[in-house]
This record gives sequence, C-alpha cells and structure tokens, in this order.
Amino acid sequence: MLLDLTPDQALFRDATVRFLGDQAPPGELRRLRDDPAGFRGEYWRRGAELGWTSLLVPEPLGGGSLSGRPVVDACVLSYEFGRHAAPGPLVAANAVAAALGAADADAHGPLLADVMGGTAIATWAYGEPSPGDRLGDVALSVRVDGPDVVLDGVKRPVESGAHSTSLLVTGRTGAGLTQVVVPTSAAGVSIEPLHTVDLTRRFATVRFDDVRLPRDAVVGEVGDADAQVEQQLWIALAMANAEAVGAMQAAFDMTVAWAFDRYSFGRPLASYQALKHRFADMKSWLEASHAVCERAAEAVDAHDADAAELLSVAKAYIGQYGVELVQDCVQLHGGIGVTFEHDVHLFLRRVTLDRALWGTPAEHRQRITAGLERSEGAA
Amino acid sequence: MTTGEDLDAFRDRARRWIRGNLRPAAALSLSRLLRNDLTPEEQVAEITHERELQRMLFDAGLAGVCVPRAYGGQGLPPAHQRALNEELSGYEYPRRLQSPTFSPCAAVLLEFGTEEQKLRHIPAILKGEELWMQFLSEPSGGSDVAGALTSAVRDGDEWVLNGSKVWTTGAWWSDWAICLARTNWDVPKHRGLTVFILPIHQPGIEVHRIEMLNGSMEFCQEFLSDVRVPDRDRIGDVDDGWTVGVRWMFHERMLFNSPLVTVPGRVAHRSATPGLLNTLRDAGRLDDPVARDLVGEARMLQVVGEALQRRIGRGIASGRMSDQAAAIGRLFAGVAGSRIMTIVFEVAGSAGAAWSDDDGALAGTGVDFLMRQVSCIGGGTTEMARNVVSERVLGMPRERTLDRDVAFRDVPRAPSGHS
Repeated sequence: MLLDLTPDQALFRDATVRFLGDQAPPGELRRLRDDPAGFRGEYWRRGAELGWTSLLVPEPLGGGSLSGRPVVDACVLSYEFGRHAAPGPLVAANAVAAALGAADADAHGPLLADVMGGTAIATWAYGEPSPGDRLGDVALSVRVDGPDVVLDGVKRPVESGAHSTSLLVTGRTGAGLTQVVVPTSAAGVSIEPLHTVDLTRRFATVRFDDVRLPRDAVVGEVGDADAQVEQQLWIALAMANAEAVGAMQAAFDMTVAWAFDRYSFGRPLASYQALKHRFADMKSWLEASHAVCERAAEAVDAHDADAAELLSVAKAYIGQYGVELVQDCVQLHGGIGVTFEHDVHLFLRRVTLDRALWGTPAEHRQRITAGLERSEGAA
Repeated sequence: MTTGEDLDAFRDRARRWIRGNLRPAAALSLSRLLRNDLTPEEQVAEITHERELQRMLFDAGLAGVCVPRAYGGQGLPPAHQRALNEELSGYEYPRRLQSPTFSPCAAVLLEFGTEEQKLRHIPAILKGEELWMQFLSEPSGGSDVAGALTSAVRDGDEWVLNGSKVWTTGAWWSDWAICLARTNWDVPKHRGLTVFILPIHQPGIEVHRIEMLNGSMEFCQEFLSDVRVPDRDRIGDVDDGWTVGVRWMFHERMLFNSPLVTVPGRVAHRSATPGLLNTLRDAGRLDDPVARDLVGEARMLQVVGEALQRRIGRGIASGRMSDQAAAIGRLFAGVAGSRIMTIVFEVAGSAGAAWSDDDGALAGTGVDFLMRQVSCIGGGTTEMARNVVSERVLGMPRERTLDRDVAFRDVPRAPSGHS
C-alpha cells in the first residue's frame, strides 16, 4: 500500500508476511472452511504477539505505533491480511482495542491486556439489521437504571460474534451514543451465526434482551461516545480499504503471471491487445486504490479536515473497483477462475466482503455529496 | 533567496508575497477549459496579464523554483515548488504558461539544450517573455509521433523545414516552438528524426486556427514552407531526435507532477466542487438521491485522481516507479474526465439538450458533452496509454508493427495502390 515504509514498519510487515505465509497458506484457508471459528486460538495469540492488536493502543497502556502514524501502521497490517486472505477479526479487534485504549484504564485494563495478548477475542457490535442498516444507524437502546445499564436491541453482522468472549456494543442513550462492554455469557444475550461469502471470516446476529450490567461496563461516558464511535468507524474504514487493496493486488499479480504463462493459438494471453488494454485498466484501478487508501489513512492520523471525505471516497472507489478488478481476474482465468481449486476466489471473497461491510459504495457516494454541501456551507 | 533557502523560510516568503501581490482566483468552472467564450481580444488580454504575472513571480524570486540559478531560477528542490503551489491555493497564477511552456518545452531545453540555448531561452521563459508550443503531432498521424513527415534538409549552416504540424494550443499567441522533423528517410523511423527550436511568427510559417465542434478556436495547425532554422537551434544530435522525443513525451505526461510546473495546490478541489454542486442545485435536484449518487461518484473520481497523481509523482521522483508509470495517471485522468462529463450532462436533464442563458451551471453542458472525448484524446490517447501501461509498466509483449527495421521511405502510409 505504502510506497515507502519506515524501517520499523518494514520489519513488522516482514514478520507478518512470514507468519501468514507459514500459518495461513491457501491450503490452510481451504481447511478452515469447516472450522466453526475460522481460525485457531493459537494462530491469533501468536499474531497478537507480533503486534496485530496493539498498534492503536497508547504506549503507556502497553501498545504503540511503529511510525507515529498508528492508522497507517494498522493499514500496512490489514493490507497484508488482504494479500493473504488471512483469517481473524482484525478490523473489529482493533476497533475495540482503540476504544478501550482511549477509555478509563482501571475499568477496562484487564480486557484490553487480554485483547492485546490475543488471549481474548473481543469484537465490535455496531451495525444493525435492515431497514436500520445504513452506516451510522444506531437504534439499540442503552438505558441507565440506578447502578446498572440495560441494553435492548439487535446487532448484525457482528464479526466472530459466536467466538468472542466480549462485545463492545454501540447503543443509543437519548440523543447520544453509549458504548458498553458486554460478556457474551451475560444473561439476555443470544447469538445466531450467519452465512457468509468468506472462507474464514465468521459473522453473527446478536440479540440483547434486557441485558443488565453494572454501570462500569460503560466505555467512556453515557450518551457521549459519538466522537469515539466515529474514530472507530474511521479506523474500520481505513483498515477495510487497505485489506481490499491487498486482495486486489494478490489477484492482479496472480492474473498477470497467468497471462504470461497461458498460451492460446500459439501465443501468450499477454500478447493480445484486447487483454493488454484490460490489464492496463486494472492497473490504473489498482494504483488509484493504493493511492486513495494511503491518502485517507494519513488524513485520519493527521486529523485532517477532509479525513471523512477521503475515507468515503476511498471506500466508494475501492468498493466499486476492487470487485470489478477481481471479477475481471476471474474472467481472464476462464473456467478455472470459478473453481474452488484455484486461489483467485480467496481474494474475490475478501473484496466482496469489504465492499458490503462498513457502508456500500452507494452509501458512501451519498456521504460524499452531503459532505460537499456541508463544506460549501462552512466556506 | 540564498541557495538552499530553508523550506519554512521560503514558504513564509512566498505566502507574504502572494497575499500582498496577487488577486484571488476567479472561479473556473469544470468545463470552462473546453469552451470558447472569450473574443480573441479578450484572450490576448488574458495572455498579456499572465505574462505580467509571470514577470512578477520572477522579480519576486518565485519563478523557476527548481530551475538552476545559472538560468534565472531558484535552484531549490521540488518540496519548495510544492510549498509554492500550496501557498498559491485560491490565487491567480499564469495558468496558460505552465503547459506546454514549462513542461514539456522548458524541461526538454534544460535536459538537452546547449548552454547557449539555455542561457538564451530559459530566463526569457521565466520572465514571461517567451511562450512555447510543441510542434509534434502531424495531420498524418496523432499517436504515431515517430512517423513524422515534416522534413528538415541541411543547407550549409542551416536547415530547411517543410511540412505541417497540428493540435498546437494557442500557437497564434505564442512565441517559440520545439519541433520534431525528419532528417533521414533511409533509416527506420525512430533513427531519422531531429529536434529543432524556432520562432513561430516568421515568414514561411502560416498559423491556421482550427474550429472545434463546440466553436472553440484554441487549437491551431501550422504550415511550414521553406522555413530556415540555423543549426545552432538544433536540440540534440542529428538523427537522434527520438532520444529527445521520448523524454519530451515523458515531460508532457508528467502534467502537474513536473517540478517545473506551478499549479495552485488543490486547484481541482476548489474549482470543480462548486461546479458539481451548482449543477445539482441549478437542476433542482438537490433532493434527488439518484443525482446525488452521480455527483458523489464525480467527486470521488476527482479526489482519487488527485491522490493517484500524487502517488505517481512521488513514485517516479523516488525511483520506486519507472517514468512510464506516468501513463497510468494519464489513463485514469482520461477515463475519469470523460465519466465526470457524462455525469454533469446526466444531472442537467433536458437542459443538456436545450437551454437558456438563465440556466446557470446547466447552460452549455450539452456542448461540453459533445466534447467529452477530448479528455481521452488530448496529450496522447488513452489507447496509447493502455499500450504503454501494458507493455512498458507490466512488461507485456509489444504490438507487432510493420515500420520497424525498414527504411522510413518504404513504410506503407496508405492502402496499397494509393501510396
């Protein structure tokens, strides 16, 4: 994704690439298709040791950025997740780590330590079912009742919902948002697995029926979590974009190699101008995706005024062209491209997932236009 | 203004001078560049003003930031040019002098010109005294640049040029041209070319303005009849013009990424955004989710395009990408520009077909749509860019040609029986 990595980023990236190459090769991904969790606990714990869940946590709490630009660091990581179609709820876990890291250390320190150590799986329960499923829609209620808070509502899709120990639930208290850490074992929590396109990622619907927890389960302030939720959303968008770009890159590289190796009518596919021009278009989509993904991640780290626009632009573009590019890769492979045996579907699954999560391209195009109006009004 | 002026000090100096001396930029609509809404007199007045702006920048020590001091520039690194561009955001600047005068023309002079040529022309360019044009394309072929038919024949210390060049923007108000001509017909096409420089307004050069389908008269065609060019105005070696030509076209593709080019930072951001919103508003479709979706897409393409050009500019500057990667940006800009024009036309609704002068941003969008493909043609077609990306960036096999390894005079130039 980045043209130039810092030495620390390069070390971190190389360690992750070695680990994923060893622990999550395509054959292992195929085997994990039937695994309920989609990944093994030991894999996640060792990944966490490499720093997978610590980048967005402040240094005094045991985390730390590699470059002073934590969201860019996290994108370097999720790009490699995309390039390897790697298992694990990376985006959700990092959103939770960022939330806990920004909150009162006393109340949530132990969970944060477990998340950073990879010994606990904690996920973010944010999106809600249709018709309240537009990005930013939150209807789940968090009510204060004496020393307790009470949750009522439904969240979906919740990544690794059935395999997490804790959920960071974003709900509504009056006009503001509230975030609560809910153990999946709490009374009133019911979890129903969903089907999904990815081989190793898992999603669930989680229902909260009168779920009652002591008030110190709240992360931050009751009714005042809007800014923190937006920050988590920005992290999720930046990381999902980078993951999709990694998957695009892997599928593209594989298809370019195929075009050189595959001969028809006595010449390589790469010698046909009709196909060369399609590769040129794909290359322009790919470089454009790299460029806007990096630009958006930088803007989040720098707190640039146009960070929200850049994230929506990146999500709309990568969502649209990521899928186009990988479907074109399938087309250029011909029949083998739609078999389970060939690897290209591993990446098609990943870009498909990333397109549909965290707001579709159409939703983000609406956000872009609304942002234009706002910036005109402000000017 | 000392060598190695600190970046922050330079930025401060540029900011103070710009705020004290330049006017805010007039809003430039998305499609204004393609329209012909100025009389020739108004156009000449604008050119004159831009020459004055260039002179003011020169006198303030802000012209030619990355040009060596020996030729009147500032001798500073590209970061300083970027700082100047950022500080110029929202202010007037000599827009028409940037391309092709600074890049590719001045860039080619700096790279291949003799010391004498550089001393004569670069300071004049930096002062706004010389506007340059490219005599590159010919009526016989736009994309096949190396197939130039304009001939240059040696006569003592001079060369005699005959032929025709085309697609020069505003040659009628420009001063000098850089010209690709054929000096040897008995070798393959790439090995018989030579580059010259010459004044445009002289006996033997007839400048003819071409009317485009929207009424624009910006483009010109030139007819060269026995134009005499002294040998000292030759750029590079005789018959080695393609070495110059390859870099010439690279500098052309660099567009706003060239460190020689001054362009206010985020110029697209400031100019295009009101254009898109005004179209939506004037079409009465602010509440139409379909129109809002299209505008979101147009804005997306603009922002992605800016990010892509930045990435490619940095990639080439740092050596992480080859020079040929500039074709990726050219391809994207062409396709995106065409799509944005389609969106504006779509949002305009029936006003795209018939409009009144009171229709605000919608007026003329139909004509702009007729000119849509300009973004995919000008500066090298997107088809050529796709060849460059697939062959030079991805390393795929070259297209078969019938003019390689053949003396150029034997290359077919028309259906057999007509040549």
